This record gives sequence, C-alpha cells and structure tokens, in this order.
Amino acid sequence: MTDTLKIADKTFRSRLFTGTGKFSSSKLMQEAIIASESELVTVALKRVDFHSEYDDILMHLKQDHINLLPNTSGVRTAKEAVFAAQLAREALQTNWIKLEIHPDPKYLLPDPIETLKATEILVKEGFIVMPYIHADPVLCKRLEDLGAQCVMPLGAPIGSNKGLITKDFLKIIMEQSKVPVIVDAGIGAPSHAAYAMELGADAVLVNTAIAVSKNPVQMGIAFKMAVQAGRLAYQAKLAAVNQYAEASSPLTSFLNE
Amino acid sequence: MSSFKDIFNQYNWDTVKQKVYSFTATDVQQVLLKDEISLEDFQVLISPAAKPFIENLAQRSRALTRKRFGNTIQMYVPMYLSNECQNICTYCGFSLTNKIPRKTLTDEEILKEVAYIKQLGYDHILLVTGEANSTVGVAYLKNAIKLIRDHFSNISIEVQPLNQDEYETLIDEGLYAVLVYQETYNRATYKTHHPKGKKSNFDYRLDTPDRLGKAGIHKIGLGALFGLDDWRVDSFYTALHLKYLQQTYWKTKYSISFPRLRPHEGEVQPKVEMTDADLVQLICAYRLLDEDVELSMSTRESETFRNNVINLGITSMSAESKTNPGGYVVDRQSLEQFEISDERGTNKIKAMIQSQGYEVVWKDWDTSYSKK
Repeated sequence: MTDTLKIADKTFRSRLFTGTGKFSSSKLMQEAIIASESELVTVALKRVDFHSEYDDILMHLKQDHINLLPNTSGVRTAKEAVFAAQLAREALQTNWIKLEIHPDPKYLLPDPIETLKATEILVKEGFIVMPYIHADPVLCKRLEDLGAQCVMPLGAPIGSNKGLITKDFLKIIMEQSKVPVIVDAGIGAPSHAAYAMELGADAVLVNTAIAVSKNPVQMGIAFKMAVQAGRLAYQAKLAAVNQYAEASSPLTSFLNE
Repeated sequence: MSSFKDIFNQYNWDTVKQKVYSFTATDVQQVLLKDEISLEDFQVLISPAAKPFIENLAQRSRALTRKRFGNTIQMYVPMYLSNECQNICTYCGFSLTNKIPRKTLTDEEILKEVAYIKQLGYDHILLVTGEANSTVGVAYLKNAIKLIRDHFSNISIEVQPLNQDEYETLIDEGLYAVLVYQETYNRATYKTHHPKGKKSNFDYRLDTPDRLGKAGIHKIGLGALFGLDDWRVDSFYTALHLKYLQQTYWKTKYSISFPRLRPHEGEVQPKVEMTDADLVQLICAYRLLDEDVELSMSTRESETFRNNVINLGITSMSAESKTNPGGYVVDRQSLEQFEISDERGTNKIKAMIQSQGYEVVWKDWDTSYSKK
C-alpha cells in the first residue's frame, strides 16, 4: 500500500515540501531538492525574474517530479497578495499559491486578518490556497470553511530553527482539521520534522535548515528519511508513554491477598 | 505628534560617551553570555573594552547572519542623477561652494545610464541627488522613478529629506526605500559641518525617518557618516533610532550603512579615525543587536575589506559604482561626490562573492507589490 498525500487534484508521494531561499547557489539548491525527493517546492515570487526566459531559480527547478508552489512573501495586505497570486498564475501557469502575508518584516509573522480576507477572494477566483498562519486552531477552521485546500501553521518563527514550540496548538489543529495540515516554519532539524509527522502532520515544509546546513544535499536526505520515519511511526501508532515505572511492590497487591 | 526627537532629547552626548568608554572586559564577558542583546549591551559591544573580543563577535555575527539571510548577498547599484546642491557640507564634493561644473541628467541621459546598468545585471537601484529643489525636487524624482520603474524591480533613493506627502507621492509611483543618514547625532558637530542650506536644520533631518514611517515606506536606511565625530557615540544614537523606529513603524524594514569619510573635492580630514577593526567591531555589534536588520557595504571600502566583511554580517553590497551624474556612460568625467575605493567590475565582485560560498541575489522584490 502506498501512502500518498492528496491536496486538491495532486497526489504526492513525498510529505516533505521544500523552499528555495538562502542556498549558496541555485545548483546546490537543485541538488539538495532532488536529494530530498520533495515534489512540492515553494518559490518567492519576488525572487523570480519573469522578464527573463532563463531565470536562474526556475531553470534549476525544471524537473518532471517537481511542482512549483509560488509564494507571496513580501506582501503586506490581502490586496497585494491577491495581485501577486494573479501575477504568479499568469507567469508560472499554476493556480497554486502559498499565501504568506507578513506585514512585519522582522519576524515575518503572518497577519491572520489579511490572510483570511485574501483566502476568501483567492478561493473564489479558483486558486488552490495554501495559507501560512499562526498555530491558531480557530483560524485554521475558518480558513477551511472558506475553502483553503490545506493549512500551514508555524512551528516557530520562520528561519528560527526552534522546532515545534507551538506543539500544543498544532495538536489541536491536527485533531480538528479536515484539510491537510502542513507544519511550516521553525523546523530546524530532522528530529523536529519526524516529531511533527509522529504527531500527525500531513506534511512539513523545510527551507532554512536544509539551505543553511554545511551540506545541504546530505541534509535534504536526512529530512527525507526523518519525514518517512515520523510518518511510519504515526501510522504504526506509537506506544503510549508510561508515566510511572512498574513498581516491584504494587500498591494494590494486598487486594489479591 | 511624538517623534524620535522626544527620545533623542532624553540622552546627552557627553554622558553616553563617558559611559561607552567606561566599560571593562568583565562587562563584555557578561554581555557575551546573553542570548538577547539590548541597547545597553550594544554600548558594551562597541566600547573599546570589547576590542579584544572581536573574533568572538565575528563568529557570532556570521552564524546569526547565515541563519537569517542564508548564504546570499543582495546586489544594488547607485545612479547619481545630479550633483547640483544648495547645501554647504564641508566633507562633500557636491557642496555649494565647490566650484565644479554642475550636471543634472535629462530623461534621455537617464535611460542611457539605465541601459548600461541593466546589462551589468542589476535589478535593485539607488537614485542619488544633491539638494536643489528647483532642479531636482519632488517633480524631478517622480519623473525619474516613472522613467525607470519598468527596468528595475526595486527602487531606492538617497536625496534631500522630504515631507510626508511628498514621500507618499513617490511611494505611489513605486519607490521602495529611502536612505537618509543623520551624518552625526552631535548637534554642535552637525552645525559645524552643515553651516548653510536646508540641510543645516538638524531637527528636520532627525525626524525624516518618522515622516517616512508615517508615509508607509517599505524600507528606511539609517547611518552616520563616520569621521565627523566619535563613531561609537554616533552608532549608539543610530541604534537607538533604529529600535525606536522598529517599535513605532513595525511594518517597515530597516538597513544600516557604514560610510566612512573618503577623500573628495572639499578635503576635510576625519576628526575621529575609525580603523578597519573598529568597523568590523561595529558591524558585528549591530548583528548581535538585531538578527534581521540589513547591513550594507558600499564601494567606499577597499577590496580586501569588502572581500572579508561579507562573512561577518554584511547582507547587501554595491559594485562598480560611479558617484558622478552620468558616470556610467553619459559623462564619465563629471565630478564625483567621493572617490570610491573598490573599483572592481561587477563580474569580478560576483565571482568573489560566489567563491566564498554565497549566492549573488539580483532580484528580491517585484514592482507589482508596490502598485497601488
């Protein structure tokens, strides 16, 4: 039985989604992404030169198994995001959009209000909307109601590599969500990715941890394996954690005497 | 309406100076144990006491920069539009009293320069002028932005301070960032170096970033001109300014530049010398204070220095810059604002950056984001 993930009309064998920023060269980015076996790769629209037929980033992502996921990083409002999504659809011939609206350029934290507004508009315009948001369970349900095809709550501030510091809220989101939950941002080590998958995430998105590693190709492989291991463990059902040791002199043994 | 001036007035130059020069090695060691660096800690890191710890600072700065910015260096190029100026700035080649031929580029000349710059690869451009409202006022700048906005994804300006509504006009046309350096935060020194012209108004300049923040600009560039007064004290005030702005105009991005006085037509010698080691210490201290702030390095600095600082916290760089209007093709001999030091061509700089394991980023914005 193959375990696949379906988002909208696409089926993915890999549950590791990757980013394209921060690599020391486009070639290394390509090698790391191929090694990771990721099938969905997000690209910041602002980094792509649409005037050039030979845009360096896009050239390196032309692989049959790689689906491009343009993102709106840099926009501050719903209005700007909608405009950017339309531009992406036209230029890249895809109606998939990773919606990132962070008016705060320092921590790049997503604006829940603008994201909700933009999702409503974009869904109506026929986009497959993948919103990057806080680990806010209510917001996730609201986005689902509006027709978002998945939700992408953050584990920690983007680029921080801090892991799943929003764990308790992620668990609620995973429990409640009817659309795939993709943990985005903050995953700094394969162990974090494995943990997210063990908890029941449908996929994870990793960029900085791979790109900034000393050996991005090897780190891409490490994340691939971690995501697979976490997913397998989730399916196999983890044994319950035993809080107390089995006492050698049970407290209730007198009942049997 | 409150502005940075209210905070600025709570500090006294001499008191700050005394404090910065009083820290000890123990103070520095204490700060280096911390994860979060406060403004007070920043003072310790730029103090003479922190000098022996420069390698430690550099290692931390490099790691933080890589985490936040990855292995990339953003490229930009300046384009001087005019050297006309009504100000007297004692250190500047364009100063009113310098008897030099004045030149302001026409539309046709601007496009010629643009064509040349584009084929070098640049997509982020910085427009620079002197302050001469009749020739290079808001109308001229608006026209220039309109003229070039289809050619560049990201347009910044470094011109005279403007009013809020004037900035709003330019932002509507596609302006992304404004660089406005206070030059020095020492009021008396400022007066000595800016005796005449609109620029002599210290307070109007000091509140310029506030006007930019209110206008909703995407990025503000700050800095002090090192050499006019004590760089440590000026840098403390710059950092104070940065922190105030970040809290107040939280949707705006910030960058810091590090101009050191260069030889030019006016020939003012630096009052306070800033050595290469000092500048490295400062760059690293900024990174420790703020993981996310952009740190920019121009061609004022030498080849060797520039080759090395991209590993220490710098995130954006210019190359092959001309600091005279028309300097790329139209009028190569017109008078420059200052002599650049690193004269290497763009391809050489690109190769140098790549050889150190960094990707050269040309485009990191899209004009469509700025459209109203």
